[in-house]
Amino acid sequence: MAQLPMSAEIVGRIEESPTIFTLRLRLTEDHAREAYRFAPGQFNMVYLYGVGEVPISIVSDPSGPALLDHTIRAVGRVTQGLARLQQGDRIGLRGPFGRGWPLREAEGHDILVVTGGLGCAPIVAVINYILMRRERFGRLTIIQGVKHAEELIWRERYAYWNTLPDTRVLLAADHGGPLWPFHVGLVTEVFDEAQITPANTVVMMCGPEGMMHAGIKNLTARGVAEERIHLSMERSMHCGVGQCGHCQYGASFVCRDGPVFPYPRVKELFQVRGY
Amino acid sequence: MVPSTTDPAQDAAPVHLPAQRLQDLIDELRRGGYACVGPRLRDGAILYERLQSTADLPVGLSDEQAPGSYRISRTGSSRRFAWANGPQALKPLVFVPRETLWRATRRDDGALAFDANIPEPEPLAVIGVRSCDLAALALQDRHFLHGSYPDPCYASRREKLFLVAVHCSHPAQTCFCASSGDGPRATSGFDIALSELDDGFVAQTGTERGAQVLAALGLPKASAEQLADAEAQLARAAAMQQRALPSRNLQACLFANLEHSRWKDVAQRCLSCGNCTSVCPTCFCHSEAEVPQLDGKRSEHIREWDSCFTQTHSYLHGLTIRPDTRTRYRQWLTHKLGAWHEQYGRSGCVGCGRCISWCPVGIDITEEAAAICGSGK
Repeated sequence: MAQLPMSAEIVGRIEESPTIFTLRLRLTEDHAREAYRFAPGQFNMVYLYGVGEVPISIVSDPSGPALLDHTIRAVGRVTQGLARLQQGDRIGLRGPFGRGWPLREAEGHDILVVTGGLGCAPIVAVINYILMRRERFGRLTIIQGVKHAEELIWRERYAYWNTLPDTRVLLAADHGGPLWPFHVGLVTEVFDEAQITPANTVVMMCGPEGMMHAGIKNLTARGVAEERIHLSMERSMHCGVGQCGHCQYGASFVCRDGPVFPYPRVKELFQVRGY
Repeated sequence: MVPSTTDPAQDAAPVHLPAQRLQDLIDELRRGGYACVGPRLRDGAILYERLQSTADLPVGLSDEQAPGSYRISRTGSSRRFAWANGPQALKPLVFVPRETLWRATRRDDGALAFDANIPEPEPLAVIGVRSCDLAALALQDRHFLHGSYPDPCYASRREKLFLVAVHCSHPAQTCFCASSGDGPRATSGFDIALSELDDGFVAQTGTERGAQVLAALGLPKASAEQLADAEAQLARAAAMQQRALPSRNLQACLFANLEHSRWKDVAQRCLSCGNCTSVCPTCFCHSEAEVPQLDGKRSEHIREWDSCFTQTHSYLHGLTIRPDTRTRYRQWLTHKLGAWHEQYGRSGCVGCGRCISWCPVGIDITEEAAAICGSGK
């Protein structure tokens, strides 16, 4: 047990898609709210009264820790219950846990963000972080892939980001549709368009491991060093602090040593079935 | 909070505790406020249970263990500690099988309050602890206490323990602590350590409070002959062990052999029942779950032992990372003998052999490791 949950109030709820929603949370105790700090890529254990906890990454900016946004897909018992909550409802929060994105190390470099499906959620915090501190980073390229065109959330956000200087958004869907003007096919197929500068690029990835694996293969073939590629991993988590054992990935506890890892740290077991 | 094991008291000269004065030791511990736990025969096995007197100890009992087999035997000996460990280690005394971590209360207006459930256990003296279990306890201490988030429930029980070790004189056929470096001699982590001889015990202290307990008994120094007997007995206990694990770090070897055909072979035999992880003194996996009260006003957040052999252990939103026995056994062994080295600086196996005896189909961890990484002998 890491700590007791802190009480939090839902102060905003955004419907992102039929199954994806964002909860904006505010810790109800003054001292807890004032002490709370986090880094992009870290997560909270979100507690639904009487049902249980789930690990959810924080998508809002670390400069405003008084309001904490969590984007959630309703898939299991806890998340389906969270989906039914409304503004004013109370939940519990433990966190923040884990290691976030290497933003300090990324300063001065071009940034390539590659995400798949809802993998974009843990990384939106990074994108916003960079956009709020634009002068510290080089070119920002955001590549997002989905299976079906209608699964894309935050379409307006991507369109807006694409209008910003030195910022490029490339979208891909395995299956397009009449309202999909973007690439139809695998996410790696748009890498050519991204004009990647291998020697000066830091890559941040999140999404299905098969997608990340294909992305890493493609990028390393282009000459991007493995240690410049960072990924956010997902495994079963109950405690959040490296004690319950569920999230072990070889010698790493994903909750404590990750969820963001430099690729070499997970390379040995990446794509080995059973880890 | 955990007593130092490098106390100078350990250097004090060993004393002799006559067999008939063992009760005095129990009484002295009781006077010190400790409830006593020690080996007792229950349900055909030797378990650590509450002790009232030395009459509760398994005098004249021993055990016969083999892969998938544990039987109590009667020897007629006057000894009380002439057996190898049964299924129970120290683990359930500190990392209990099921406990409430915290409670959530919901007020009528919907506000939530959270309260920790820190146990307040009575001081507990455990008599008859083996070296393998002391080594395992040290590993559990590292896991639960020495990280960034020390576990308060574990800590509250751990700091109340007083440990009386008895050096192991009768290892089972399934034991291999000599090869793992964890026995049969208890070398650290105890308050008092005993060597059982036919006429009593050679007693040494490991901590200052252990020394105080022994001093209160006013015992004579052990004779040179008694010390020599105790040493010879320990040497025999090490020499009689038939199994061995390679003492080297197997992490690289195991992870280089993730597609070895042996994993498939062991999966044909393994029932994925999780007995091995339950009896293992170092396995720490646990799940957390919610137990809401029927009136809807309160909910208990509990943890209970889990096992990497279950279907749910690797469940991740609709996906099971380890859906079959091959990947589960491989997870267990590559963690226990491999990844532990990187996580905790040593193997997660202390050579107690419980997973061999208590495996319903007699799978032998030393054999499986040898099939992949070569033998230990």
